[in-house]
Amino acid sequence: MEPIVRLVGITKRFPGVLANDGIDLEITPGTIHALLGENGAGKTTLMNILYGLYQPDSGEVFIRGQKVRVTDPNVAIRRGIGMVHQHFMLIPPFTVAENIVLGSEPRRGVSLDLKRAVAAVEELSARYGLKVDPLARVESISVGMQQRVEILKALYRGAEVLILDEPTAVLTPQEVRELKVILDSLAAQGKAIIFITHKLKEIMAMAQVVTVIRRGRVVKTLPTSETTPAELASLMVGREVILEVEKGPSRPGEEVLRLENVTANNNRRLPALRGVDLTVRRGEILGIAGVDGNGQSELVEVLTGLRPATGGRVFLKGKEVTRTRTRQRIRAGLGHIPEDRHKRGLILDFSVAENLILATYDRRPFASGINLNQGEVRKHAERLVREFDVRTPSTETAARSLSGGNQQKVIVAREIDRDPDVLIAAQPTRGLDVGAIEFVHERLVAERDRGKAVLLVSFELDEILSLSDRIAVMYEGRVVAVLPAGEASEDILGLLMSGAARSADEARAAVEGGNRVG
Amino acid sequence: MSDFWSSLTLLFQVGLFVSALRAATPLIFAALGGVFSERSGVVNIALDGIMLVGAFMAVMGSYFLKDPWLGLLIALVSGALFALLFGVIVIRYRADQVVTGVAFNMLALGLTGFLLRLIFHHAGQSPMVAKLPDWVIPFNRFPGLSRFPALQSFVDRWIQPVLGQHTPPVYLAIAAAFLAHYVLFRTPFGLRLRAVGEHPRAADTVGVNVYAMRYLAVGLSGALAGLGGATLSLGLLSSFIENMTSGRGFIALAAMIFGKWTPLGALGACLLFGFFDALQMLGQTLGFRVPREFFLMLPYLLTMAVLAGVIGRATPPAADGKPYDKSHA
Repeated sequence: MEPIVRLVGITKRFPGVLANDGIDLEITPGTIHALLGENGAGKTTLMNILYGLYQPDSGEVFIRGQKVRVTDPNVAIRRGIGMVHQHFMLIPPFTVAENIVLGSEPRRGVSLDLKRAVAAVEELSARYGLKVDPLARVESISVGMQQRVEILKALYRGAEVLILDEPTAVLTPQEVRELKVILDSLAAQGKAIIFITHKLKEIMAMAQVVTVIRRGRVVKTLPTSETTPAELASLMVGREVILEVEKGPSRPGEEVLRLENVTANNNRRLPALRGVDLTVRRGEILGIAGVDGNGQSELVEVLTGLRPATGGRVFLKGKEVTRTRTRQRIRAGLGHIPEDRHKRGLILDFSVAENLILATYDRRPFASGINLNQGEVRKHAERLVREFDVRTPSTETAARSLSGGNQQKVIVAREIDRDPDVLIAAQPTRGLDVGAIEFVHERLVAERDRGKAVLLVSFELDEILSLSDRIAVMYEGRVVAVLPAGEASEDILGLLMSGAARSADEARAAVEGGNRVG
Repeated sequence: MSDFWSSLTLLFQVGLFVSALRAATPLIFAALGGVFSERSGVVNIALDGIMLVGAFMAVMGSYFLKDPWLGLLIALVSGALFALLFGVIVIRYRADQVVTGVAFNMLALGLTGFLLRLIFHHAGQSPMVAKLPDWVIPFNRFPGLSRFPALQSFVDRWIQPVLGQHTPPVYLAIAAAFLAHYVLFRTPFGLRLRAVGEHPRAADTVGVNVYAMRYLAVGLSGALAGLGGATLSLGLLSSFIENMTSGRGFIALAAMIFGKWTPLGALGACLLFGFFDALQMLGQTLGFRVPREFFLMLPYLLTMAVLAGVIGRATPPAADGKPYDKSHA
């Protein structure tokens, strides 16, 4: 079939980086085409060029065989190109219908014709099977529905080509399945779908064609039926990648972290933890599985002293620390890789070297009297940058200008180098590419093997399943089940995470009974 | 005897409402200006300065063209232009909006004082100029009203004395508030303007020109604040006095917040603040035991209570005060 979009020799340079380097790409109607590449490989830049948000330095864009200068999104929209951005471009206090029609509103005289807007949304929603409530405010609907609103926004503008940037990053496994059904039906109705991701499993499940991009260049375009995740991973990274985490059996030792009936409130002062009991021992990784918002963030904050517990007790190495301040807990052997590396992991405007001493700056050898010993700070930074392979121009570079993966390496280096007995890792690989994920995983396993206790919180079931020795599932502020990793499966965890099963036995029975619950 | 007292009380009450309305009018224009500007994402602290420019230019227009209506028009245009200059600095060059706003207030104060001396060779106050005439609107002669005696007597007793005779800006301001509410919440233009103030990048990705919307909103806010200034110099008085706004632009900002960034809310807040002002004036005449500064303080006190969430929560537009940079996707 004729391609609907053809990109020829697209080159785009940003200060200091060649983001796209002579990229050719063809997109055909009725297919789901994946763009695969690590963070910073240039996928999003390429799509922003097609959508008119950036201008290429050279190269040409053809749409339906016609050469087009896409000077701004209006041009792209008029030519039938729609984009669903990774961070949704929705206005929270507006209704679903208002968000969808914004920029091309139906009018009655000089007024906005809200009735026709709602009717148009309902018609599209029925035609493509995208369930939304047109009058609901976007701030009050689920992430899955927000994504459907984004897709409807593009369809409302007559999109024939739909670009989705990392569409599954924020979805639950169930929502990912729903998305696949939606995309399949859109493709069946002749839409062309471009789908940016770095998740290999999803490409194999969802796309028919995949184009791999590395450092701004196309490495290869091939049908997914003729490739494997392992091949795609090595094409993407440029070397062999170990997808499975290699780890031996765990040798759990003494208990170092214990929670007894811990309760806490969330930021809106509603109960977030409703009585959590948990123990973590030396030499094991305890994974916390659960859908975002079931108390995981609050649990981590209570453990690290960033949020007060309203009840219950927390023990670190046998000593009660429930009311102990964060600094004392750090001194007592707690390490923390926070879930939001920009908010809590780093001070973005500080240098790499400064970020590496955030927990130890007031101790020898970094502090001498009231002075910072700059020589020691630099030596320390140089050693860690080398050991943890942080790619930075220098130790004096601001943390802000590092890539996400390297920022995370700075945090991991700081926390692990302090040699804590208990390491709390909250979503340690969120937003990282394959190479960096591999690195963080290896490090966590290495800590376990050195006899440290690791508490891992992740929304990625794959990560929980491949790293954990034991898995605790959180649902609505409680630990509903703790089971050995060997006895867990994606189905069992899914039932527990969604509240469909209330204990490990119930989930196991349901799965063995032929998936009657799921 | 009791009849005499009740008519005297009525006289005071009517007088109170009349002067409340007069005091509220410049605030209403400026607060509406604030609503448009902030709904588009630009914090317009320069309102007070723009009002001052409007007040001055209105007198200039009336003085040289011998027509207060032309003075009003010139105030509107010069307010818009002065605001657009502010807009270029904060939208195009992305300067800090609050700091720039403060600078513009000082610029307006110095510039109007300087021009006053240069043009009228006079410090402190301009010569008297033709002011806007009063409009008389016979609400009590409304066709068919006499068939409802109760209503007729209410209109005779209250509506007519309070609303029946004012300078045109009083009526224009109230009409403008309703019109602004409609524009902001019922038209595509209003939807886009609010979108730009909440999440400019989202608006940009569906082809709404963020910069154009913000310039329009800031220009509109300047035109309205300019009218507010003209109301002071050609409506309430008939000359320009140095620094004659004496902080009314800031009270208007407070009213905008108190009204939760909506035109009708701002209108209500301005009327309330105007009422405080009238009370304060009445208090001076009658020699209240409460010092007048207490009433002058009330608008700010109430605004702080709103901002702190004591009386309902006020949430500003999410992108209010944040410069937009299209190139950083």
